[in-house]
Amino acid sequence: MKQATLTLLVVTLIVLHQDFWFWTSARPLLFGFLPAGLWYHMFYCLAASAMMAALVRWAWPAEDERRAEQAGEPEA
Amino acid sequence: MIPTLLVFAYLAAVFYIGIFAFRHSGAGAEDFFLAGRSLGSTVFLLSLFGTNMTAFTILGASGHAFANGIVTYSLMASSSAIVIPLTLFFFGTRLWALGRRHHFITPVQMMRDRWECGHIGSLITLVQTVFLVPYIIISVMGGGTALSAISGGRIPYWVGGAVVAIVVMSYVFFGGMRGTAWVNTFQTILFLSFGSITIVVIGYGMGGFGPAVESMLADARQSALLTRENVSMAYYVSYLFIPLSSIAFPHMSIFCLTAKRMAAFKKTVVLYPLCIMAVWLPSVFLGVMANRATEVPGIQAKLEARSTLAAQGPALPASEREDLRKQAAGDDILLLLLEQYAPLWLAGLLGAGIMAAVMASDSQILALSTMVTEDLFAFYGGKERFGEALQVFTGRAFVVGVTIVAYVVALRAPGAIFDVAVQYAFTGYAALCPLLWAALYWRRSTKWGALACALWSAGAVAAIAVLQAVFAQPGVILSLGGLELIERTPRGIAVLGFMPVAPVTLISLGLLIGVSLLTAPPAAATLGRYFTPRPGAAPQS
Repeated sequence: MKQATLTLLVVTLIVLHQDFWFWTSARPLLFGFLPAGLWYHMFYCLAASAMMAALVRWAWPAEDERRAEQAGEPEA
Repeated sequence: MIPTLLVFAYLAAVFYIGIFAFRHSGAGAEDFFLAGRSLGSTVFLLSLFGTNMTAFTILGASGHAFANGIVTYSLMASSSAIVIPLTLFFFGTRLWALGRRHHFITPVQMMRDRWECGHIGSLITLVQTVFLVPYIIISVMGGGTALSAISGGRIPYWVGGAVVAIVVMSYVFFGGMRGTAWVNTFQTILFLSFGSITIVVIGYGMGGFGPAVESMLADARQSALLTRENVSMAYYVSYLFIPLSSIAFPHMSIFCLTAKRMAAFKKTVVLYPLCIMAVWLPSVFLGVMANRATEVPGIQAKLEARSTLAAQGPALPASEREDLRKQAAGDDILLLLLEQYAPLWLAGLLGAGIMAAVMASDSQILALSTMVTEDLFAFYGGKERFGEALQVFTGRAFVVGVTIVAYVVALRAPGAIFDVAVQYAFTGYAALCPLLWAALYWRRSTKWGALACALWSAGAVAAIAVLQAVFAQPGVILSLGGLELIERTPRGIAVLGFMPVAPVTLISLGLLIGVSLLTAPPAAATLGRYFTPRPGAAPQS
């Protein structure tokens, strides 16, 4: 269930990158100067960061990490 | 004069960091090529981000936005903001884990062991090298151009290129990966600060951005720059494939092995989209706004060249068209804005920030040196025969050799050739990305599938480059039953309306899967070293 939800989250965000609804319009301007196609993708970057935080929280490859760190400390 | 002095102070600081790293380095190949797998999470994040940012990021992004508008941000930045952290999360962490467990220094070492192959690994190294070399040459060119522009032409291109090449070579030579990582961290801090300062200074100088945006919207020739109406959806979708190339670039995949703990990836993948935003948003927005900075003579000349090209382009002789295109190009647009609106001392500091982005060849040179010494010199017996000390010496000698060759080529060759080569290097590395996926996650993949993928990637990229050179004018190259299969567009080659990177990557993946299924998989014992046994599978000896 958790895996399916996270997969859906990733797919949704990839689909949201194709924001055809702002394709031909610069308005509404954010702060009176940022065109819609720019501020949308600014918020998109924030959403991508939040999505990665969710993946780190709920899909971290802990088994790979455990096996690798059991293999020994780096020399330096 | 002040900006030039500040840039030289920056170069001296970078050089010192390299020497400082040398004093802290230990012996051995792992220390020189991977900083002893010792990087903490902050240095790892900042350095990895710096490694991935090149001259194209700041100068190229604003230049592209000057000509194409705000679409530059969603094409190149927000697509990278989602795809690159995802590849780091899924591929980077696993590469790190396998590198730690099996002591790999390069991904090709892992592929050789994982797929039980030798020469196929050498071929993959060769393909990666061919795609990487133009990058290094472009970086040397970028250094010469930037230093010459910042000094107002007092420092000629050939001297600027030499100074930047020598500084980069020195800290890579002495500091290896540790020096490169520390310098990249310093550089990233500089150009992260650069974005916000620049936007405030230039916005103030232009009298605020609101009136500039409103006047662009009222101007029929420029309003499209504030939307994405000039770009087709197929072209736009294709761009999502480009950031897949990032993790396949050797300097990125090798860098994944330098973290001390896997936990270093956590901060990196979460903050990476924000770093992208901090650097790209100002670069793109200022590039677009430059279209209203008509009081800057250099920008006015570019706008006039663009208008002439649009009005009379097809009727002009090819050489005149090319001259106009060069005049209209916006790679120096940020420098022109700074010159006009920033006080001298600030222009110098910001110039140093630009130099930081331009000097991205360090990690690429080191990656090339790592690949040659580990994947070729050590693999073919050099390490056993001559020892590890000579291997590191070979790596350092290679750093010097590559820098000299890149500098000589940068002086003699026309830049346009390498622009095209770099453009297609992204396609090539994106097409190699399935190799990483298969090696890391698909146990049924085989060396023959890997070979098919590598050969296809190299062949397809070469074919596209040849098509682009042969068919210089826009038009249909190949059609079938009224369907335009391959087309020459003003931007390059399109396949069914998509950029070549989309079909080339998908075919690469298809070939890898198809050929792997037709050939024998690696031995169970080999697979046992890489994958946990499936539930119910017989235990391996």
